[in-house]
Amino acid sequence: MPEILLIILIVAAVLVTVGLSFVAVRRRGGDAELEAGSDLLERGEPTIGLDELEPGVTVPVESPAVVLEPEVLEPEVLEPAVTIPVEKPSFFERLGKARSAFTGYLGDLVGLSRVDAEAWEELEEALIRADVGVKTSMVLIEDVQERAREAKAEDGKQVLSLLKARMHEELADKDRSLRLEDGKTNVWLIVGVNGVGKTTTIGKLGKRLRDEGHRPLMAAGDTFRAAAAEQLTTWAERAGAEIVRGNEGGDPSSVIFDGVAAAAARDCDIVLADTAGRLHNKSNLMAELSKVRRVAAKEPGHVTEVLLVLDATTGQNGMAQATVFTEAVDVTGVVLTKLDGSAKGGIVFAIESELGLPVKLVGLGEGVDDLVDFEPEAFVDALFE
Amino acid sequence: MFESLTDKFEGIFSRLGRKGALSEADVEEVLREIRVALLEADVNLTVVKNLRNRIRERAVGEEVHGALNPAQQVIKIVNEELTASLGGETIKITYASRPPTVVLMAGLQGSGKTTTSAKLARWFKSQGRNPLLVAADLQRPAAVEQLRTLGGQISVPVFSDPSDPVSVARTSIEQARATGRDVVIVDTAGRLAIDEELMEEVRRISDVTEPDYTFLVVDAMTGQDAVNVAEAFHDRLELDGVILTKLDGDARGGAALSVKEVVGRPIAFAATGEKLEDFDLFHPDRMASRILGMGDMLTLIEKAEETFEQEEAEEAAARLLEGQFTLDDFLDQMQQLKKMGPLTNLVGMLPGLPKEIRDVDIDDREIGRIEAIIRSMTVAERTDPDIIDASRRARIAAGSGTNPTQVSGLITQFSEMRKMMKRFGGMGTKKAKRSRRKDAKRGKKGRKGGRVTPKGGRVTAKGGAGPTPKRGGRVTEKGTKSTKAPLMLPGLDRLDDLDLERMAEELDGFDPR
Repeated sequence: MPEILLIILIVAAVLVTVGLSFVAVRRRGGDAELEAGSDLLERGEPTIGLDELEPGVTVPVESPAVVLEPEVLEPEVLEPAVTIPVEKPSFFERLGKARSAFTGYLGDLVGLSRVDAEAWEELEEALIRADVGVKTSMVLIEDVQERAREAKAEDGKQVLSLLKARMHEELADKDRSLRLEDGKTNVWLIVGVNGVGKTTTIGKLGKRLRDEGHRPLMAAGDTFRAAAAEQLTTWAERAGAEIVRGNEGGDPSSVIFDGVAAAAARDCDIVLADTAGRLHNKSNLMAELSKVRRVAAKEPGHVTEVLLVLDATTGQNGMAQATVFTEAVDVTGVVLTKLDGSAKGGIVFAIESELGLPVKLVGLGEGVDDLVDFEPEAFVDALFE
Repeated sequence: MFESLTDKFEGIFSRLGRKGALSEADVEEVLREIRVALLEADVNLTVVKNLRNRIRERAVGEEVHGALNPAQQVIKIVNEELTASLGGETIKITYASRPPTVVLMAGLQGSGKTTTSAKLARWFKSQGRNPLLVAADLQRPAAVEQLRTLGGQISVPVFSDPSDPVSVARTSIEQARATGRDVVIVDTAGRLAIDEELMEEVRRISDVTEPDYTFLVVDAMTGQDAVNVAEAFHDRLELDGVILTKLDGDARGGAALSVKEVVGRPIAFAATGEKLEDFDLFHPDRMASRILGMGDMLTLIEKAEETFEQEEAEEAAARLLEGQFTLDDFLDQMQQLKKMGPLTNLVGMLPGLPKEIRDVDIDDREIGRIEAIIRSMTVAERTDPDIIDASRRARIAAGSGTNPTQVSGLITQFSEMRKMMKRFGGMGTKKAKRSRRKDAKRGKKGRKGGRVTPKGGRVTAKGGAGPTPKRGGRVTEKGTKSTKAPLMLPGLDRLDDLDLERMAEELDGFDPR
């Protein structure tokens, strides 16, 4: 690691020195004018505390959250508490709107007696439009083409069912249950980038666990965003869960730690640990998150789930998010939120197939009960219905 | 994921061989790559199709002219098309003749409206205005508290009351007039574009406030759906512009392009960081190379110019190319580099960096360790690191709180770099002299002829047939992508090449003549 770092340093230093003198020369000669103004990078250096520096280790060290400021804003919209529907929405029904857009492209296909090159392309485009991603789509389509040749399937209907079967396979055989160990203080860590709906997910999860007879405790580990703890408190009240809060700007790890201790003391069997949203390319913030996970696992805490919350409107960057978060905190499952909009969340296919991460829950609306289990069959079927 | 398009294109063109003009087949092959690149950047499929057609029209039959190779030429066309699509008119904020100027913020949940409202308020304040923030998001728990806290941080008053969003918005205008606030920024709740009821509500807010500017806040990570969202909001609200958020992530931000194409309104501002001051007007030219995955040299150069001492840097560069770069120089340059912000961000802006380097997490404190090592050396050691033997190494390690392996690691890398730069140097200084004499265009040509790829310095796991050298002696560095290749030399070699060439092109664009 140090070598690589050094290389980068040298490369950058050399590059900038050489580059700059080159620019200077050109400028003097050619009077070229560089546009001045803002830049994309005007972010001060994060001040990082040097506590906990392990000797000789190059891995970034945990740091207090105070100065590192995750951009705020989670979207948490709520139905007025009065109109909470009693029965849980069916996954299939709720996908209705998302479904219609997708069907629009495939509808013509079903009627075709022969799927020609153009139709194949349309099929691939339909997948791309659903954010499945260009590479995954190509692989899916190529596979299906192969199978269609073998099976001598020609008409649109046959081809579609082959594609459907292929997509089923991608999502099949995964353990999508949420792990809870009896008699222990379970910790579910909720992570994700800014604005995906972590706090809302915790609120809904709390309600769900409560309904199942558990005693959840929410730990307001988002100490960065203004009023994040207030937001979670509102949710805790709604869900009838306990809550532990820290100071704004405090150390998230200590809040989670306190949460675990409080859960043990108050006989709660599960801690829902909220964390501040963070972009996965901020290594210091990811290091902070790794620390939160380590601390959460200290006795009596048992981290049984690390759920990555992913916004269904997210495009190809979702893959990068899943990869980096998994490296940092060993994600055990994905919560796909906001699937009730027109976005289709197709990036899930790539994440499931390439990283093997199961989608465990789906957010289908703003009501407290709108967090349902992911049903892969229904999900795929809905896309083709 | 971040393989540079330039590499791909050069691969294609070296296979095709060099021709007098770009044939349809050449262009078609390249267009396929462009399609993939754009789709991977989340540009909407329909937008990609339109772009492809425009690029095809321009590129087919285009003469390959001296200064650029075919790959560069197509890239240039693509880049220009993207910049044109993204840019066009830049937004000019004008203020209502009868204050207050009203700004309405709308968008999906989690796109960043509340933070962006505060950032915008701060921006208006920096323009000498007196903004009022209005919290009309009464849905999300604690949204009002969040805005109040943010308002407090920038000393901008926040207005809200618990009635309903429409009346809050209405009252806020009166409030602004009464308190002499000349800009009103209305933060609304996030809503889905397909939610009729809430879309109707935001339309009513728009009706009662008659905003001068309606901004759609769009997350840079948004996928294909960005277009539907933008259309839906535009239908209801008639947008004036778009604000792109979370640009500090590593998403390539194709949504920006999609939204711009569909709505036809400029991207007015971009939020590029977590702090409230990380917000400014949008630069379409930079976004284009980002979407193409080509780094952001321009911003880098600009930053470098702000921080580096020009004379010093030039001298250091000269010494570097003559092989007389010392650890002291290195230390100096590193100090300057540090001022440019976290290294990870800098690396992100460099075009054509091998994936291995891009993916490395850089802890800026590592620099501290390197500094400590160099500072623990005597002047003689810094000038000539070769004299460092085991005993000196042990002393340096003890002095810097590191271990001898780390010390020798640094020295080895440094010497290798120095050797390489020296080899590279002969041509570099010539080049500088030449371009000093000539004007920009001819300078570039001269540079091209003089380009010598330091082949000896490249230790790559290049398989099979080597790339076809082009007339200028420029060699496609395919091998640098190999994961097995040692990092330093190929990275450096390639960087410098791309760097200079792009810099030259970009500067040409700014040449007033």
